[in-house]
Amino acid sequence: MDMHRTEAGGVPEPAVSARRISKTYGHVEALRNLTLEFPRGQLTSLLGPSGCGKTTLLKIIAGLLEPTSGEVQVNGAPVTGPGPDRAFVFQDFALLPWASVLRNVAFGLELRGVGRTEREGIAEKYIRNVGLAGFENNFPHELSGGMRQRVGLARALAVDSQVLLMDEPFSAVDEQTRRKFQEDLLGLVAEENKTFLFVTHSIEEAVYVSDQIAILLPRPSRVSDVIRPSGLRAKDVADIRRDPEYLDIVDQIWASLRNYVE
Amino acid sequence: MNVLGIRLPGMSSLILWGLLWEAVGQFGISFFLPPLSAVVATLYEIIGTPAFLKALSETARAFLAGVFFAIAIGIPVGILMGKNRLIDELLLPWVNIFLSAPLTALVPVLMVLFGFGLKSIIITTSLFAIWIIILNARAGVMQINRSLIEMALSFGASPWAAFTKIYFWAALPEILGGVRIGVIRAVKGVIIGQLLISIVGFGALFELYSANFLMSHFWAVLLVLFALAFSISEFLAYLERRVDYYAAKR
Repeated sequence: MDMHRTEAGGVPEPAVSARRISKTYGHVEALRNLTLEFPRGQLTSLLGPSGCGKTTLLKIIAGLLEPTSGEVQVNGAPVTGPGPDRAFVFQDFALLPWASVLRNVAFGLELRGVGRTEREGIAEKYIRNVGLAGFENNFPHELSGGMRQRVGLARALAVDSQVLLMDEPFSAVDEQTRRKFQEDLLGLVAEENKTFLFVTHSIEEAVYVSDQIAILLPRPSRVSDVIRPSGLRAKDVADIRRDPEYLDIVDQIWASLRNYVE
Repeated sequence: MNVLGIRLPGMSSLILWGLLWEAVGQFGISFFLPPLSAVVATLYEIIGTPAFLKALSETARAFLAGVFFAIAIGIPVGILMGKNRLIDELLLPWVNIFLSAPLTALVPVLMVLFGFGLKSIIITTSLFAIWIIILNARAGVMQINRSLIEMALSFGASPWAAFTKIYFWAALPEILGGVRIGVIRAVKGVIIGQLLISIVGFGALFELYSANFLMSHFWAVLLVLFALAFSISEFLAYLERRVDYYAAKR
């Protein structure tokens, strides 16, 4: 497993760090003493079986949940609630059904008090970026699942946060759309100088899109391993799935997780 | 609906019931039920008279004021109850009690408190309508998609912005449903108020016609009232269908 890790010098300094996070709901211990760092400008996946607390951790980092103990820092500052340095992409898209694509994409900016002309200009740019040009005046119920998630992604990009938190963003779209999304996500990580936190339960997806994969084990959740694929980023998106390193890491992760699957 | 392969327009059943009414009236089974044609003729006769128009405007004014207060107070209270657990625990028992309470029995108390005038009639009308409006707004807010709320929080929405930009709209289909039922109850409320508190408006007409056994007059006024309530209710149902997708889960 060590062969996939780059030396400490090769890893950028962390943009987000979670330190000794514990979270209990009543008597249920969701997270125990979890520590993890998320390197700047890279994509880190939180991977694990369902019920392992990966979404809980993401929501604590987002400031939507408060940890029972421990601290999250974003750019060195402790998190006390949601903030403009982080933007969230939701599993079920969380779009306003009564608002057009344009207003939905601009909604983060609207809540932050950006004037109408300015925010719609910014929204139009990101609508083009995610490939939805021409759909500005459509409503969410007129779009396919994949297109709706593009709206959700454009909304998160439009507020130009340093950190993008993605909660199983592709799990509600069909397989073909998901593959296209994964390719596009690699392009996004390369272009935008942002830090991506990506929750998924798909091993293949995690290995395909990640610079760093944190494997979480359940009850109570802890980080069991951190894997950093070394040679996949340089590959063409079409070749990654045939790369021996990709296949090895997928096998390795499955070997370590299979005991935890009921 | 299709009968024998012919598509019937909506409300065709009303024609059937109208014919039955006419037949029963023509046979003179009871003085209580004159033929529909006689009722319509009477309606045509009285509808332009000053007495009728005065009654209509008195009833409409009390009705509109009562509905206005029921909506203006009911919707925010319902939304607050749906959002805030403490307020909900405090108010829910009262809302449920008043929803099922025989409000007519409370009217004499209102007369003592607020006098014999328009004010008491308006309050009676509001009391008939408001509880179901509160309950529906509350239910609408309680079933808002959880991630819409998290979305608003994560983008830094103030409580006021969350209220006006998300809660109200996401709950709008249920809110309109509550307003529709509330408005129908308000029709009952305004007539009961005008019968019991001060004999004015349509209430006075009902009183006058039934006391003098002017049954075709009585039914004519009832038809007008039914038509008004039905139109408002259908209009609100139409709005409700238009905004149905606001409550979509995705």
